Order: sequence, then C-alpha cells, then structure tokens
Amino acid sequence: MQITYTSGEQTEVYRFSLPVAIGVPLAAILLQAFLPIRMPFFGLFDLPLLVTIFFAVARRSQVSGMLTGALIGLVQDSLSHQHIGLYGIAKTVVGYGASSLGVKLDVENAGTRFLVTFVFYCVHQVVYFGVARGLVGLGLTWSWQHEISAAFANAILSVFLFLAMDRLKLRA
Amino acid sequence: MDNILHRYRNITILVAVVFAQLLGLAIQVRRTNGDESSRLIRVWAVNIITPFEKAIVWMQHGTGNTWHEYVYLRGVRQENRDLKMEIERLRLEQVRLSEDAEQARRLQNLLAFKEQFVSKTVPAQVIGGSGSEQSRSVFIDKGSNDGIQPDMAVITADGIVGKVLRTYGSTAQVLLINDQSSGVGAILENSRLQGVLHGTTIGEVTLERVMSDETVAAGEVVRTSGGDAIFPKGLPIGTVSKVNRTPESFLSILVKPSVNLSKLEEVLVVTEKQERIPAMADKQSERAVDILARRLPSVPDKPADPKTQPGAATTPNQPVDPNKPKPNTVTPKPQGVTATEGTNAQGTIPKKTESARKPVQSVIEVSDGVTKNPTPPAPKPAVEEPKPQPPAEQDQPR
Repeated sequence: MQITYTSGEQTEVYRFSLPVAIGVPLAAILLQAFLPIRMPFFGLFDLPLLVTIFFAVARRSQVSGMLTGALIGLVQDSLSHQHIGLYGIAKTVVGYGASSLGVKLDVENAGTRFLVTFVFYCVHQVVYFGVARGLVGLGLTWSWQHEISAAFANAILSVFLFLAMDRLKLRA
Repeated sequence: MDNILHRYRNITILVAVVFAQLLGLAIQVRRTNGDESSRLIRVWAVNIITPFEKAIVWMQHGTGNTWHEYVYLRGVRQENRDLKMEIERLRLEQVRLSEDAEQARRLQNLLAFKEQFVSKTVPAQVIGGSGSEQSRSVFIDKGSNDGIQPDMAVITADGIVGKVLRTYGSTAQVLLINDQSSGVGAILENSRLQGVLHGTTIGEVTLERVMSDETVAAGEVVRTSGGDAIFPKGLPIGTVSKVNRTPESFLSILVKPSVNLSKLEEVLVVTEKQERIPAMADKQSERAVDILARRLPSVPDKPADPKTQPGAATTPNQPVDPNKPKPNTVTPKPQGVTATEGTNAQGTIPKKTESARKPVQSVIEVSDGVTKNPTPPAPKPAVEEPKPQPPAEQDQPR
C-alpha cells in the first residue's frame, strides 16, 4: 500500500505497512489511556502526538500528515469528556506542520527531533487551548511552567521513541 | 483556476479539515446536550479501546494474584498479626463511635432530620483513563448493563472519587473530582463552612466559594455537603493542605484528596441512595417495653398443687442445684399470668396455661409513655406466639 505522496530530493520518503499504520497509533492511544492510571507521571507525555509527528515527518506528505493527525486526535477526543474536535484540530495542524517541515529539513538526527517535538508540542497546546477557550468557552487554565516542562519531557521521549520506531519504516 | 487549486491543494485540504472539525465543534456547543451529537464516534472509540484495556487489566490481575496468593507469601503472618491488632483497635473505636452515632440519631430524630445513606453499590475496576491531562476521567468495567447510570456517585472506602459521566454497554466514564469541570458540594468538618470543590489544570483539588474573612485551618477534614444531589452527605473528600488569601473575596483552599486519584484500581458506584428519618422511635419504644417488662414483677405458673410444688421458679436454662437452699418466700403474682418459660424448683419446665402463653407485653400496656399496672387478664385463647423475654430478671422477686 502506497501511503506517501511527495518526495524531496535530499530527503528520503518512507512508508509504513498497513498493520503499522493502524496498529501504532492505536497502541499509542491505548497506552496513553492506560499507563497514566498505573504510572501517574506518564500523564505528562502525549504519545499520540509523538506518533503523529513521527508519521508526518517520515512520510513527508502534508495531506497524509494532517489526516493522520486528525484521526488520532478525534479518537483521543472520543476518550476524553470534552467536545470532539479539540485534539482533532490541534493534531491536524501539527500533522500538517510536521510534514511540511519534513519536506524541507532533515529531521533524522536526535537534536533535530528534540527541537521539532519541543516546538510542535507547544504549537499543539497553543492550538488546543486557543480552540478550547476561544471557541468552545472551556475554562482551562494555561500554565507556562507545566507546558514547558511537558514539552521538554515529550521532546526527550521522542528521541528514544523515534529511534525505536525507525525500525518500522519502509523505503518508499 | 485549476492551477491555483493544484498549487494550494494541501493548504486547501488543511483548511477544509480544520473547518469541518470546527463545524462539528460548533454543533456540539450549540446543542444543549452536545453529548448526543457525538455519541456514535465516542461509542466506536470506546468499543475499540476498552476491550484491550480490559484484557490488559485481566492479565495483570491474573499474574498479580498468582504471584501474591501462591508464590510471594513473605510477611503474611506478620501482616495477619498486625491486622488482628488493627481489628481489636477498630472494635474499641467502634464502641465509641456507635455511642456518638446513637446520640446523633436521637438528635436527628428529635428534629425529624432525614438522613441519606448509601444503600446499594456496584464494585467496579478502573480499566483506563482518558489519556489527556485536560480531561481527568477514567473508564470502569461496569456500564449500563450493570445498572450504572450517569450522575451516579463513585466512591472508595477512603472517600469520593467522582461521578459517572457517560455510560456504555459494559463500560462507563467517570469524571474525577480533580477535573477542572467537576464540582462537588463540600463542607469543612469543624468550621462547618460550605464551598464548592473544583479541580485545577495540574490535577489538584481546591475548595472555592469560602469567604476570605473566615478562618480555615490546615488539616481540617473536608466532607461532602450533599448539596450537589450526587454525593450523600458526610462522605470524606480529603483534608485542607493549604489556605491562600487572595485579593478576591474568597479563600483559595487547597485540598488533599483522601483517595489517591492517580492510582485508582477498584471503586464503588453508588447505584442507590435512600433518605429516611433515623429509626429511633421504634427502637426506643421497644426498649421501653423491655425495660418495663424487666421492672415489673413477674408471675410464675400457678402451681397445680402447692403442696407438691413448694419453692419458687428459678432462672431458666440454669442447672438446678439440689443442694442450693430454696427461697422461703415467693412474690405473689397475678394468677394466670406467666412471663417466662422457666423451670421450677425441681428443674422441670412448668406446663403453660393458655393465658401463660401470652407474652408479658400483653399485660403491660404502654401508651404515650404511661405504664399501667398489669391486672390479671381474663384467660383468652392464644393468638400469638409469645415473644422471648429476658426471664432471668423477671423472676427476681422485687
């Protein structure tokens, strides 16, 4: 199954098998829902976001990136008690942005991955809070300290997670 | 035109996807019950994810139970000893508390105060969470098939956990008390100040709506006030950990929940609550009857032949000592009235007459607190079986 759409000259385009394309996002959502109950510190991480960034960057396709982000976000919304679409919109934007970045930059090394994840976590939270507070009217409170530390934690995790997930990539 | 569309194809798709989701959000916000418009997608997502969560929890418990119940038994004896000591301590405490409770019931009864209590609960296992810090909710393995309904209180032995938000066939979503959108009516145990409990962004619990001129001490216990019509009154919520004075007119009170909300495993869903006036009235009248019955003189059987049956009736169920000196006097009692099924001096159970089968209550009339002296009643055919009475004291001559 061909999932990729675009290809840069310097950058490699990857695709994923169907079980990986479906199973990994589902596993990320499952773990995100399950692990914080047993390990409370895990609530700081956003595995579905990391998976969205990884797929978007590896495929280097804006359309597939945003659609992957939208689908993952909508399922994540469904498990929360908030309105459906908050995570969907945020992850759509992140998927689009990450794949756009992936087309232009080499995001294979650890440093770049750290920075990309850090930035996109912040973008994700800004979009989420913007929509939740501005459009839906939810009284969520923004905490810079919390968001920055969460972005840092997610960026560190992404380095190791992406390294492990690199094995799932197939050359397009 | 085609060229422009092709050139901006990706951004157009992005705008379309985001717009579609915004439209969906707007529909949900506009509708009073936005839950219904998104019910289908939630059911799909929950039905995809929760079976895996249930399977993981099942495997985890299976492995854990095998290990802890059959393999790892180190320290079990010591733990057993500690638990026994704990039981003894709790028994002593229970005696004290039951006295307090009795007093409270009497006072409530005087005021015709209705008490609310948890009459039925369903135990449930926490199988997963929402996976979002902005939504502090968990899924339990019981749903509408088990009688769970939205807005039911969810508790543990330590205190309250949250309320049922949505129900599915075999699962339900529980909104925790530390979620930003939750609200619980709370009361401080000592100062009796009432407020509303809310969650914060980082999962803390704060008590709001307490005026800043009030004094609240750290360590004070916070309980449910019952004002939210979800949680019964008096359930523990937690303790005050910090009190901040704000420029606003309300205090900012940080509460440490008595339940560890980040490590929930088993919970109880309150499926039935009942309101009742404490049932002290019946208990008191019964007790009055008992007391009166004990105080009034009891009547032994009319001896068939006074010559052959000298001596008084002894305490029933006690072995008769033939060497024991027999009492010289017998308290005269109305004829035909027997209060006990005791034994006589010979240790035999006396035959009961028809009238003797009537219980003591039949000859003691208590109405409005006035006790009338028993008069020898006319023999009536027995209708009721006699109630067991404390005969030991009745047979004491007074």
